[in-house]
Amino acid sequence: MGEGDLGLWTVLLAMIGGAIRVSTPFIFVSLGECLTERSGRINLGLEGTLVFGAMSGYAVAYETSSAWAGVLAAALAGTVFGLFHGWVCKLPRVNDIAIGIALMLLGMGLAFFFGKPYIQPVAPDLPAIPLGFWSSSPQVEAALRVNVLFVLGIALAFFIAWLFRSTRIGLVIRVVGDSSDAARAMGISVDRVRLLATAAGGALAGIGGAYLSLYYPGSWNEGISSGQGLMAVALVIFARWNPVNCIWAALLFGAAGALGPALQSIGISKGYYLSYAAPYVLTLILLIATSSTTRAVRCAPGELSITK
Amino acid sequence: MARAPDALDRRIEAFALPLGALAVGLAVFALFLMMVGKSPAEFYGLVFKAGFGTAFSWENTLARAAPLLLAALCVAIPARLGLVVIGGEGAIVLGGVAAGAFGMHVTGLGSTLGILGMAVSAICVGGLWIGMVGALRYKRGVNETISSLLLAYIAIALMNHLVEGPLRDPASLNKPSTAPLEAAYRIGDIPGWDIHWGLVIGILACIFSFVLIERTTWGFSARIVGGNIRAAQIQGLPVGWLMAGFCALAGGFAGLAGMIEVSAVHGSANGSLAGGYGYTGILIAFLARHNMLAIIPVAVLLAGFEASSGLIQRRMDLPDATILVLQGIVFISILISETFTGRLNLSRLWRS
Repeated sequence: MGEGDLGLWTVLLAMIGGAIRVSTPFIFVSLGECLTERSGRINLGLEGTLVFGAMSGYAVAYETSSAWAGVLAAALAGTVFGLFHGWVCKLPRVNDIAIGIALMLLGMGLAFFFGKPYIQPVAPDLPAIPLGFWSSSPQVEAALRVNVLFVLGIALAFFIAWLFRSTRIGLVIRVVGDSSDAARAMGISVDRVRLLATAAGGALAGIGGAYLSLYYPGSWNEGISSGQGLMAVALVIFARWNPVNCIWAALLFGAAGALGPALQSIGISKGYYLSYAAPYVLTLILLIATSSTTRAVRCAPGELSITK
Repeated sequence: MARAPDALDRRIEAFALPLGALAVGLAVFALFLMMVGKSPAEFYGLVFKAGFGTAFSWENTLARAAPLLLAALCVAIPARLGLVVIGGEGAIVLGGVAAGAFGMHVTGLGSTLGILGMAVSAICVGGLWIGMVGALRYKRGVNETISSLLLAYIAIALMNHLVEGPLRDPASLNKPSTAPLEAAYRIGDIPGWDIHWGLVIGILACIFSFVLIERTTWGFSARIVGGNIRAAQIQGLPVGWLMAGFCALAGGFAGLAGMIEVSAVHGSANGSLAGGYGYTGILIAFLARHNMLAIIPVAVLLAGFEASSGLIQRRMDLPDATILVLQGIVFISILISETFTGRLNLSRLWRS
């Protein structure tokens, strides 16, 4: 095995490990957004929910010394944000995209406001599962130390896919998302379904935020999120509103995000700052490739304002 | 007596709704302050004192308003075509870097040509950046809100790359920057005031945009696109060119804001360019209901709040994010107020 060969393997392993670590918040936020968008509404405010989730999760984990209490708190905070978004959007003439932007700013503002005292202290971490125990190579072991939330996220994706496919709840969400008129004719309360779907989506985004502050990078500061909540919206379009596809899309985005640190680990620091742009460039390219002016995006929920 | 004309109702509403929403937003924020155990009276008193109380505070406020005016135009102009562009921050940042790079590499032009050159390069880069958003929307149907925000993140990464790498002045140790501009390339103060010329440029840009949108055929076409895009297409309007062109204009203004920050405030391009002006601009544009002239007073008001931030942090022991919370609450309040459009009969209320 040559010297360059080893370097390539190190980068590849670091990227796989990085992809798993970086993708977890993407999985949660995109599943949340997927759920919300399938009900026909778009929540651009998940970025704010994510940041507030990161802050509240960290703060509660520090105060109670339990990382799981932090995750629960983040989910609750996310639910509150989701409920608020769902309630406001119910009012006539209120634009769900604009409210999303406002909630993004408010969520970040509140998180920075209440999070100031928690920048220094150290909160407990979420546990990891050493899936790389069989290997003698420390790189492989490091790459395969998988967080519990990653496993939970994948299970959740399959659960939501099953929910959409084979349950009454899933059918109701899909009908509301595809045609509110049809839903009303069936006697379904469109607003209530969307309220609950947005609340559930907010809860998942909150958990995604808690992962950021409690596992990777694993501390709370004001630069904790780098737009994951926003990229999730594009990711859901790329995943064609399919929860299982969200996993693959999230892994892809995670790998793009892990590129810079992986290159740096083998001493390539040229263009380090530029590599930060990789996930956004990838998102934009995918968005351009999957959008179209002549037809509605394939598989898109009919009521979604973003694809009309 | 004849019924009050609807036009009057709408006129009054256009003032009363945003003002009412602003008042409600400030009241809700007062409740928030009380919840965290601070005095709203002290807060608003300090805002008034630090933002608008003395000649000195007015100068501080007005100097801060300059980039906000241009950042708000970057949101309001596309909004008139029905586009929600929120990534002005990216154009500001790249405009600043373009100005810094110009100042670094093209030296000795003298004041007029030098400042003009920096402004033109900033406007071109900013215009290209946001013009791309409009073109992508028309050509490929890419959602402009998401693409513009993604481009803002890309722009900030690009700025960090350039300022840390190819454009870095080796002498800037703690804060990587481009080389300091020569004195002739700096925008100075308005004579007799402690305010740089950026304020005048910002106000002129607002007036120019107002005339363009409200009084010219191009602006009329743009408003038709915003009102009903199908109708505009049937009428044979060049919808794609209008979208790309007005977005480019909006981005050009944002780029100019970055250039002014570099030339009048920082003296070189560095990380301070990503100071959140683009995001405050979103709120200003929505508060002004995308009216180019209304942007002027609203930007001054918000600049006053930002100018008081330091004093509030020191005196009331509140974090710097306090102003962000206030802005978020006011933003939501203004959006909720939209729901009352056309539902209030204000002129009748006035008479009774």
